[in-house]
Amino acid sequence: MNSPAPPLLQVDDLHLSFGGIKALQGVSLAARAGQITAVIGPNGAGKTSLFNAISGFYRPQQGSVRFAGEDINRHKPARRAAMGLARTFQNVALFRGMSVLDNIKLGGHTRLHANPLSALWYLGPARREEMALRREIERDVIDFLEIDHVRNHSVASLPYGLQKRVELARALAMKPQVLMLDEPVAGMNREETEDMARFILDIQEERGVTVLLIEHDMGLVMDISNHVVVLNFGQVIGQGTPAEVRRQPEVVRAYLGGTAAAEVAA
Amino acid sequence: MNAGFDWVALAEYSAIGLLSGGLLALVALGFVLIYKGTGVINFAMGEFMMLGAYFFYTANVMWKLPTALALALTLAAVALVAAVIERLLLRPLSGQPVISVLMATIGLASALHGGVDALWGGNNYEMPTLLPRKPLTPGDILIPGQVFWSFVLAAVIITAFTLYFRFSKTGIAMRAAASDPLTAYVLGIDVRRTQALTWMFAGIVGAVAGIVVASMTSLSPALGSAALGVLAVIILGGLDSIAGAIVAGLVIGLIESLTAAYLGGKVRDIVPYATVLVILLIRPYGLFGTRQIERL
Amino acid sequence: MRIGDFRASYAHDEALWPTRVQQAWLVVLALALLLLPLGVNGYVVGLACMVGIHCIAAAGLNIMTGYTGLISLGHAAFMGVGCYAAAWAAQRGVPTLLTLLFAGGLAALLGIVVGLPSLRIKGLYLAVATLATQFLLVYVFREWDAVTGGVRGVNVPNAQIFGWELLNDQRMYYLILPVAALMLVAARNLFRTRVGRAFIAIRDKDISAEVLGIDLLHYKLASFALGSFYAGVAGALLGYFYRAMTPEYFTLQLSIFYLAAIIVGGLGSMLGTILGAVFMTLVPEVLRAVVALIAQWAPRATEVLSPIQQVVFGLLIMGFLVFEPHGLLEIWRRVRRTFHLWPFRA
Repeated sequence: MNSPAPPLLQVDDLHLSFGGIKALQGVSLAARAGQITAVIGPNGAGKTSLFNAISGFYRPQQGSVRFAGEDINRHKPARRAAMGLARTFQNVALFRGMSVLDNIKLGGHTRLHANPLSALWYLGPARREEMALRREIERDVIDFLEIDHVRNHSVASLPYGLQKRVELARALAMKPQVLMLDEPVAGMNREETEDMARFILDIQEERGVTVLLIEHDMGLVMDISNHVVVLNFGQVIGQGTPAEVRRQPEVVRAYLGGTAAAEVAA
Repeated sequence: MNAGFDWVALAEYSAIGLLSGGLLALVALGFVLIYKGTGVINFAMGEFMMLGAYFFYTANVMWKLPTALALALTLAAVALVAAVIERLLLRPLSGQPVISVLMATIGLASALHGGVDALWGGNNYEMPTLLPRKPLTPGDILIPGQVFWSFVLAAVIITAFTLYFRFSKTGIAMRAAASDPLTAYVLGIDVRRTQALTWMFAGIVGAVAGIVVASMTSLSPALGSAALGVLAVIILGGLDSIAGAIVAGLVIGLIESLTAAYLGGKVRDIVPYATVLVILLIRPYGLFGTRQIERL
Repeated sequence: MRIGDFRASYAHDEALWPTRVQQAWLVVLALALLLLPLGVNGYVVGLACMVGIHCIAAAGLNIMTGYTGLISLGHAAFMGVGCYAAAWAAQRGVPTLLTLLFAGGLAALLGIVVGLPSLRIKGLYLAVATLATQFLLVYVFREWDAVTGGVRGVNVPNAQIFGWELLNDQRMYYLILPVAALMLVAARNLFRTRVGRAFIAIRDKDISAEVLGIDLLHYKLASFALGSFYAGVAGALLGYFYRAMTPEYFTLQLSIFYLAAIIVGGLGSMLGTILGAVFMTLVPEVLRAVVALIAQWAPRATEVLSPIQQVVFGLLIMGFLVFEPHGLLEIWRRVRRTFHLWPFRA
């Protein structure tokens, strides 16, 4: 058995409160490099708050977030993105005033260098890097996610499933080290879910991206995750491989209630 | 023989400043009403003041109607205009991004301003004196009667509104619709009606303030632009706090009075704007405003 | 009907005018603009100059407001800064083209100063801050006699390009036209790069923008500075065009005029900027003609020209926001679609 990969994203004893509401109480988890870690739990367990704290939108009262060993607690969201942290949102957060292609190109923002002056002139370095970006996106992202037929459409005109795929494309264009997906298959049917699962696995296997995902679809979680963390009421109530977690009584109680937990323990 | 600082003058300027802040607070109240009630940032509050003053002038001076009747007609007319604006401009734009609605109210302000200027002309008109002129003399200081009574009037109206919102059925319905329209709908509150009511109230408040200011100074289209100074009050008080509007109104009134007294009249014109920039530098959400936390 | 429009390279796909037909029209337009002064009278040439200046100013406002979502009510004041800066420099013999850069640069610097405190927070605060700046700057224009000539105003020497003095409107046209064309294309270029995309992202969903690595304050300031630069250059050209300027020109009403121009033309589009600028240049002319006509029966009509303008601007803003939020651009696009798809229906 291989020794476990080092944690690329490490959360230690995170405490987050809004006024009187304690969203996270001492949450610790590690997303190991090249693995898919899933965060599950009932609604209101604090999963999205956890993501927002990792992204840098909320400053935790206590605890730390470490990215590749570096403490990023004081970094602004933009800085964390530049370090290789990408994320999608629960409600699709695409830019409605732009086409699919432009949305995806925004993923490459931190890797480009144009400044206002070179942008105004355009011919020269700005144009060159734009062409390079376009080539790269077409090859690595648009082809891969099979969205070439809608690349010039405005995102507002796309069906929901395609919008989610475009958001994933945009996150991929960042060439991230860690990809955080907030409910990537929410509202999708069987076929779309299977497509998405395939994409996520390919992202992990072919590009070595570390994936951290929030999901309610247990089938997806159990099928593709290497490691599962279960949250309830802002605390970690169980973690391990999918098979292990499925059997932990605490987890079963949180989802299915007391008698089911007793059955499992017996 | 005292060659020291003139404390009496300072006290007098301060008192006058604080009291004249009452009117500023009143206009700010109208603004906060609309923001709290419909989420709209209304750049046309000054124009409501204009409408009130000009309508009253028309009814009372041009048509020679008795004061009470003229006042009633004016307020009814302004409320009607406000309701029409809410129906024709704001409702089609509900759901649009904030900047669109903001630009719409900017356009509204421009249209109303031009309309009044075109219909009544740009001259200064003399408004009848509405508030008692007799000055008050507590101690050594002299407070002009109109300033004092304008404060009293503002205080009465603001208190009345606050009580109304706290305790009356319609008031509570309006607060509910403001904080969560969807739930309010489900509970049977006619949200559209409350939003129309909010605009009508704000219009009336602005109109009263406009009438009083015009009767204390003079009637001219410049009245509309003067209300832009109220923006300093709103920024200082926080966009969505009535208490903030009150305190900020008094503070800004004080600042305006002191700067006019000690720095001269010309500077007085830009004091509100300079104040705004200073406030934005130090404390952008104002004294009482809630820092917006966005739901991600 | 548009057929056979395929792109064989990414460069072709990303070009501004990819099809042969578009390029042909572009050549026709360029020729028409170059030859314009020869075929029309002086009045129209003067109008064309104003359209050019309006295009530059509106382009700057569109960059700030249309593309980045930052509302500025002080655009006129920034034009004033550019105008007075140009007057100051020109009176000291600085060559015209350098004066334009100086005017734009000074306005941009001021934009950064004004933007710094207010861009940390949301929309309304910037609007109020720019409104405050508008009034404060006009106050400065009126009072700072030494530099601005106070209420009397300032004289601007004739513009000179490498010794060729631009004595009349016709010659000014040949300065304004290329400057406007260059600046409009440059603005359009912004949005083919990451800078422009960042602006739009900030407008649409700034939280998403942050998560993609966009430093919000940095880019908002850049947008504000660029928009102010354009305003400064427009103001400078205005000064050269009129050869004199007073503070009464740069009022809040002018700021609202430009806001109307970009709303009417189309927010977030350079073609919309041009359409809006042309439209809004014509509106006061049409109004003036109408009022002159009415003045035959109602002599007092000419007094109300200015307030009627305000009413019309306000109605245009409200009307377009409610009925056609994408502006004249959307109407243009509909017409184009009909042609592209003919004989099929759009």
